[in-house]
Amino acid sequence: MMYGYAWDLTTPLTYAASILPILLIGLTVTLQAAAAGFALALVLGLAFALLRRSRIKAVALATAFVVEFLRDTPLLVQLFFLYYVLPDYGITLPAFLTGVIALGLQYSAYTSEVYRGGIEAIPRGQWEAATALNMTRWQTYRDIVIPQMVPRIVPTMGNYLVAMLKETPVLSVVTVLEMLGLANMIGERTFEYLVPLSMVGIIFLLLTLICSAGIHRLEKVLPKAGIPLR
Amino acid sequence: MDWLTYLPSLAQGALVTAWITLASIAIGAALAFAAGIARVEGGRAVSTLALCYTEVFRGTSLLVQLFWLYYALPLVGLSFDPVTTGIVGLSLHVGAYGSEIVRGALSAVPVAQREAARALNFGRVHTLVRICLPQAIVEMMPAFGNLAIETLKLSSLVSLISIADLTFRAQSIRNITLDSATVYTLTLVGYFLMSLVLMLAMRLIERMVRRGAAFPRAAHA
Repeated sequence: MMYGYAWDLTTPLTYAASILPILLIGLTVTLQAAAAGFALALVLGLAFALLRRSRIKAVALATAFVVEFLRDTPLLVQLFFLYYVLPDYGITLPAFLTGVIALGLQYSAYTSEVYRGGIEAIPRGQWEAATALNMTRWQTYRDIVIPQMVPRIVPTMGNYLVAMLKETPVLSVVTVLEMLGLANMIGERTFEYLVPLSMVGIIFLLLTLICSAGIHRLEKVLPKAGIPLR
Repeated sequence: MDWLTYLPSLAQGALVTAWITLASIAIGAALAFAAGIARVEGGRAVSTLALCYTEVFRGTSLLVQLFWLYYALPLVGLSFDPVTTGIVGLSLHVGAYGSEIVRGALSAVPVAQREAARALNFGRVHTLVRICLPQAIVEMMPAFGNLAIETLKLSSLVSLISIADLTFRAQSIRNITLDSATVYTLTLVGYFLMSLVLMLAMRLIERMVRRGAAFPRAAHA
């Protein structure tokens, strides 16, 4: 019994049907974590990408180091770090929020690279034209570079969203009750792991297949709308 | 200087992490080439099989796969020790990602190359080994480098199936000492250093491959 749903262990099929509602509750947590984490990664990543192009050498170098460090260390350890170390300094966050921050930090390292590629793909001539029009660096980013760069990187960002979705189960280790966490709890109580864990796998597979199909469509539609992807 | 006393245990964990990562990269690379070549060169049945493998292992989360291998498989009578389970799980996962790299690079080899090989009466295997792979492998190397780092990072998940790797050791030390900041900082630095070493190694291999690809017949000369 969990969230008011009792399991029925008569056959694997009735078992699967009886725990599906519980796993779907977990799925909403998974989706929320991925959505919030990704929003954070999009904002932080852009900040990192811009800071890395800063004209102040020290800022650019420090940002490059932070991004490299975030990218080269495991999400799980970063998550443990936030979960155990922050409270020592008086910052106690709910597990869900800690998980979202960890996901956002790790993926901001990836998204900043995507932004960087997108920014570098804007022809030099446009920067020179902006300078000729007496626009400031900030105005050039805001009005010229970023509006052109964002639509081009949508499919790549989409791929990272799917990747993040598949990493959310890691949050279960800091007590976030997302899909895998619930499946494990069901397994612990019924001593039957095969069905719940297989179901989580199948749900993830369906989810990623749907998302990948969506991204594939975007890659076809965007160039037709006049947005070059490279 | 508490942190010095943590180092021996963390170093032992780092060795386990290194072993699992390297084993998974090696087995994963073999799987990647097998599945990637099967998708480009195989008949319909073989390439569909390879596609299913790729989609299933890319589409489900690694942690789900590890738990599935660790908790669910023993229920149907298949059980391995944790380290084997970890390496099998990580290899299958990484191999699926790698097969996409192999497939992409192989299908990017210009058609004219195959046509020329056929005109010279090369067989299929000969064309693949002598013409397509040497060109494709150079294109694969940067992506393989990233995947190797990814493998190292993902290997931390095996700590959750009770393998005493770097992350697992960090958890144990933290549970005893409650000295979270020191332990996890050391652990993060440890992974970072290992990533740097792996990155350098992959660059060296890349350079070797590039040189080998430029003179593919050097061995016969």
